[in-house]
Amino acid sequence: MSQAVLTDSLENEKSDVSIGDYQYGFHDPEDKYQFKSRRGLDREIVAQISEMKNEPGWMRDFRLKSLEQFESFPMPYWGGDMSELNFQEMFYYVKASDRQGKTWDEVPDDIRKTYDRLGIPEAEKKYLSGVKAQYESEVIYGSLQEDLAKQGVLFTDTDSALRDHPEIFREHFATVIPPNDNKFAALNSAVWSGGSFIYVPKGVKIDFPLQAYFRINTMNMGQFERTLIIVDEGASVHYVEGCTAPTYSSDSLHSAVVEIIVKRNARCRYTTIQNWSNNVYNLVTKRAMAYGDSLMEWIDGNLGSKLTMKYPAIYLMEPGARGETLSIAFAGDGQHQDAGAKMVHCAPHTSSRIISKSISKNGGRSSYRGLVKVQKGAHDCKSNVVCDALILDPASRSDTYPYIEIDEQDVAIEHEASVSKIAEDQLLYLMSRGLTEAEASAMIVTGFIEPLVKELPMEYAVEMNRLIELQMEGSVG
Amino acid sequence: MSATLKITDLHVNVGDTPILKGVNLSIRQGEIHALMGPNGSGKSTLAYTLAGHPKYEITGGSIELDGRDIGELDPCERARLGMFLAFQYPVTIPGVKVADFLRHAITNVRNPDRKEGEDLMPMKEFRQELRKTMTELNIDQEFARRYLNDGFSGGEKKRMEILQLAMLKPKFAFLDETDSGLDSDAVRVVSEGLAKLSGPQMGVLIITHHRKLLEYNIPQFTHVMLAGRIVETGDAKLAQELYSNGYAGVRERHPLEAQEEQAAQQSKTPATV
Repeated sequence: MSQAVLTDSLENEKSDVSIGDYQYGFHDPEDKYQFKSRRGLDREIVAQISEMKNEPGWMRDFRLKSLEQFESFPMPYWGGDMSELNFQEMFYYVKASDRQGKTWDEVPDDIRKTYDRLGIPEAEKKYLSGVKAQYESEVIYGSLQEDLAKQGVLFTDTDSALRDHPEIFREHFATVIPPNDNKFAALNSAVWSGGSFIYVPKGVKIDFPLQAYFRINTMNMGQFERTLIIVDEGASVHYVEGCTAPTYSSDSLHSAVVEIIVKRNARCRYTTIQNWSNNVYNLVTKRAMAYGDSLMEWIDGNLGSKLTMKYPAIYLMEPGARGETLSIAFAGDGQHQDAGAKMVHCAPHTSSRIISKSISKNGGRSSYRGLVKVQKGAHDCKSNVVCDALILDPASRSDTYPYIEIDEQDVAIEHEASVSKIAEDQLLYLMSRGLTEAEASAMIVTGFIEPLVKELPMEYAVEMNRLIELQMEGSVG
Repeated sequence: MSATLKITDLHVNVGDTPILKGVNLSIRQGEIHALMGPNGSGKSTLAYTLAGHPKYEITGGSIELDGRDIGELDPCERARLGMFLAFQYPVTIPGVKVADFLRHAITNVRNPDRKEGEDLMPMKEFRQELRKTMTELNIDQEFARRYLNDGFSGGEKKRMEILQLAMLKPKFAFLDETDSGLDSDAVRVVSEGLAKLSGPQMGVLIITHHRKLLEYNIPQFTHVMLAGRIVETGDAKLAQELYSNGYAGVRERHPLEAQEEQAAQQSKTPATV
């Protein structure tokens, strides 16, 4: 019963299209052509993308305008080093089946070792490491999907949502992150493809985490995925994406946009763990609007990649809104994690909390960059920021860039920061109980990130701990 | 067949400063030894050296476990050979649950050849054993979920040390209880705990001033340190004498070491631990 997730060549068309696939929205029956855009980015390519997807005119225009925005923005002068990014050298629209795969022999030993330690199943290993271009798997959530549909929950990919739910889509799309927000939001707005769309109707509380249908999903690994989540009044949802396993990508630029709207009394938690290969620039714009008495939570785990720039933001729009971001950044050799959070208090009686844990080892660089902003009129707000950095060796680096902009008097804002290394006496204590130095270091690091790990679904937490152990073994002795 | 820990003419430096200047001591499984002496005599230094603390450098003599020189072994290897140091001030390991830590420690100590990444002791089996041991030692079960020593009182930290002692079942246990200012609850916990756990399988070295400890755990041998050497060895009666009269008598009987002690204090050498 397994189906290729994306098929677009003529030979496959007849046998692989089935009602099942279409219903879940991961197969586009309109897509009959082998298509690969030429290198570079211009109006013609953007228009082609829209045409390939058979999009309504407004989306085509939106994309083209966004391209103009992208071209007019300068590169950011802060953050990481993006001097090697060459926009005209890249492909902006490639079907997964056209990607050149590696052979299994070309996959580095330490990556293979990580998969074994994490207990990644065979099929997933090949996909994650770039050996297989497509991932075929059984549909695990079939019956769950029926339940959700009965309650009126929409959970599909963004392309399908545009086509199948145009009104609700258009009402909310780009309202949280407009294309002129920043250069990379503009880029995404021009060339976006894939991502998840979720709508939860009033009062519906989904009590299990929604994940990509398959453990890995091509759509959610896309270069320019665009996710839109709308949680209607009184509803609640927990969405989980990504994986701790090292994920190879042939694309060097990943620039996603995630927009979330949490209406009155609603609740949304969005959990991400990403571990991109060392060639990837991972530049993400994630933002949520939280309305009256709602709760929005970002749980953000950044491992891997060459450069990650990501600052999940929450705009607290009405009184009673609460926002919380838990962020880990783990930077190893050749990696730069520039991560953090933004909390913007736009209304009185709102509260926010940021907990950031960054770890750097083997010359990695891990930074916290965060903003707490209280607008005029937003009195009686509370905000609490804790950012802790752990630097594991003299070659590694950690920076903190906290921005605090307060335009109101009656507010309570706290900011605590700490920098530490693994204490010798802690190492001695654990080693004197039979742990090797690597095991002791791993245990200490695991303890350091515990406030975040305890919020992860079980499988992620277990994987995370195993990954840390493996990382620590690599760096000791 | 009881194992022997044999310390022969042990010399130890901290940086350039000699602290231990020829310690001789032999402990067999099943024996209880007390080690006493004034502050600065090197008692804690001996404890840390036995544990394998990297700052303490052996410059002469040896430590042998069953005839095998263990001076070059790191703390992890020594633990796997059955050595255990109960620390005076156990450190906090934030975010690490007591149960998770114990499970890992026990797995390694009971399987000394275990390689990194291999399976830990099965969870169910571990939980049962942990529960049973905590009950026997009168330790509240909820401690298992707390983060190791995080926010623990002095007495609670000692309970954790005793719990570890109970589960790791070392061949040789060294208790560093040199702090005379320690609260009485903590002392009582250690005293009672140790009394429950000691037996023919465990050789114990108690480093202390505390009367209570030695009342609950009567030593077969009492040693007195002065200026980095063990100058006298007696039985429980020696300990009594020291409580009553302090170290004046010892200093009189060993003028050479007493002089060295004075010289060291006067020149204000870096503090010994």
